[in-house]
Amino acid sequence: MLKAVWAYRSFIISSIKNDFKTRFVRSKIGALWVVLHPLSMVLIYALILSSLLKAKLPEVDTVYAYPIYLTSGILAWTIFLESVSRSLTIFVDNANLIKKVAFPKLVLPIITAGIVALNNLVLLLAIFIVFAFLGHFPGWQVLWLPLLFVVTILFGMSIGLIAGVLNVFIRDIGQIVPVVLQFGFWLTPIVYTITIIPESYRHWFDYNPMTHIARAFQSVMLYNKPIDFNALAIFTVISIALLMLGLFMFKKAAPEMVDQL
Amino acid sequence: MTVLQVNNVGKAYRKYGSELKRVASWFGLPVKPAEEHWVLHDINFSIQAGEAIGIIGQNGAGKSTLLKMITGTLPPTKGSIQVNGRIAAILELGMGFNPDLTGRQNAFHGLSMMGFTQNQIERVMPELEVFAEVGEYFDQPVRTYSSGMQMRVAFGVATAFRPEILIVDEALSVGDAYFQHKSFDRIKQFREQGTTLLFVSHDKSAILALCNRAILIEAGLVIKDGDPEEVTDYYNALIAEKENNSTIRQEKNKSGKIQTVSGTGEATVEEIGLYNQKGQLIEVANVGEAVELKVKVKVNQSIPSLVLGYGIKDRLGQVIFGTNTWHTKQPIGSPKEGETYHFSVRFPADFGIGSYTIVTALTDKDTHLTANYEWRDMACLFSVANIDKNHFVGLLWQKPTINITELSHE
Repeated sequence: MLKAVWAYRSFIISSIKNDFKTRFVRSKIGALWVVLHPLSMVLIYALILSSLLKAKLPEVDTVYAYPIYLTSGILAWTIFLESVSRSLTIFVDNANLIKKVAFPKLVLPIITAGIVALNNLVLLLAIFIVFAFLGHFPGWQVLWLPLLFVVTILFGMSIGLIAGVLNVFIRDIGQIVPVVLQFGFWLTPIVYTITIIPESYRHWFDYNPMTHIARAFQSVMLYNKPIDFNALAIFTVISIALLMLGLFMFKKAAPEMVDQL
Repeated sequence: MTVLQVNNVGKAYRKYGSELKRVASWFGLPVKPAEEHWVLHDINFSIQAGEAIGIIGQNGAGKSTLLKMITGTLPPTKGSIQVNGRIAAILELGMGFNPDLTGRQNAFHGLSMMGFTQNQIERVMPELEVFAEVGEYFDQPVRTYSSGMQMRVAFGVATAFRPEILIVDEALSVGDAYFQHKSFDRIKQFREQGTTLLFVSHDKSAILALCNRAILIEAGLVIKDGDPEEVTDYYNALIAEKENNSTIRQEKNKSGKIQTVSGTGEATVEEIGLYNQKGQLIEVANVGEAVELKVKVKVNQSIPSLVLGYGIKDRLGQVIFGTNTWHTKQPIGSPKEGETYHFSVRFPADFGIGSYTIVTALTDKDTHLTANYEWRDMACLFSVANIDKNHFVGLLWQKPTINITELSHE
């Protein structure tokens, strides 16, 4: 299976390139939109909630602690969200291709992962530029970011793949998932800090995998603190298990999938 | 060498009572589909390298499903398909083109989708550009293309590399005549280099011209597999059968060719023969010789009207001339049971050298679709020899008068 995917490497690269290219063709600022959406979100929350939450970030001395905290979390969430939502419609969107051309369908998730990684690298670059303007230069812990990118995409894709396979047969999934993600966003300490949650409820947040991911992003980008590798390891194992389940479902569904598209 | 082996292939579309049951079935739970609809049953055939096969069948017979399974986009429900070599399909050309990208970018992407590497693609790109003949448009967004130009690029992409098996759908009939010719030339060139051709069409003459074998698919079954002429004749009869439930049978005639006879049988051809001016039965006619086709028709049941049609077909089975007594305004009004009619058709054998067959049809009007009393393919065979004319080539004889005058030159 991997050999077949390797044979199609040109297709994978070409697809990622084309996705990027076509965005420049029609809109004037092209790929900048990738950056502007999450950054405007940061701006809105920062303006509204900044003063409310300033007191809650005592460990950092910069005045911009909250916007930086927010940006780190939103980056983590954007990577996750994009991985899930792109995988969710991956088969439905490529219905034409799947029905007409014989190629290993497994290249589709790989292309998606590539596009998500590329988009968010652009976003990360923009974020660092903004940080520089705010006078914040993250420490060497940011070198863990590539790893965090990989595990976040892995997690998002594994959930997205399961939902994506189901979505071919049960189109309601495509409607339900965004709603669930909406809840997920507010149940993850991104806009707020975990400290504003009453002590007795806090442990529930540990069951949300995205809490750990957001925390890891915040650690390396704001606090320059090491990642909690135990949590990350458990998280990775869960992601891989989900990915296996997704691939298994995909393999079982593949013969019937073409009939449904 | 066998390039394609189709074994007991069947395709069913399954419906489940609820989609959750379908999901459960993936995990091995014993869930029965609520409904199973088989569109193809037990298809078996094998194709040798270099063959050219026509696949015919009415809409909905299962042709496209079969092709999709051969190309690999649709998995069979049962049975197996073994392919030796690469398959290229010219099914729906131009799909998958991104309108915002240029022809070149789309061509690159299309080829990479077929599994070629960057090096391979870069090597054929100049040739593809020349072949497509879209000029500077090749570096313009595809959305500015005419549909003909899209076709050209798409065909160029599909045939940039010679495949072991080439599947051509009727899609090819789009586009201008010049490019159609060019595409057929390329297909022929591939054939000479050993590519196996699978050609899907309703067009009988195209199948006869391109293929050396034909497969007829009807209601999900292969019902005929063999000589293209025999199969297309059968297909023709099958269509008539649908219209007026007559019966089809195929019998060998004297010279060993298969004769397809179909029809409801109210009137039948009892005797048929080609005669010369001396009234002798002949099998060989001289080019341009006046001949007479004599047909004896028996009416087995009283009918409102009787029309005799005949067609002369060349070696490939293409009708080169045909008419009927409806068009000549000589239909027989309400013939009675037991009557016998004798038709005499005189015409000059103005044909090129070769062998010909005559097809007859007994109908009530101008086509055999309203009533088909009898349709008889290869009712009569004859050949044309050049005994006293100067050498010429082609399907028909046209007596030429050639004048040559030398123009005085300064």
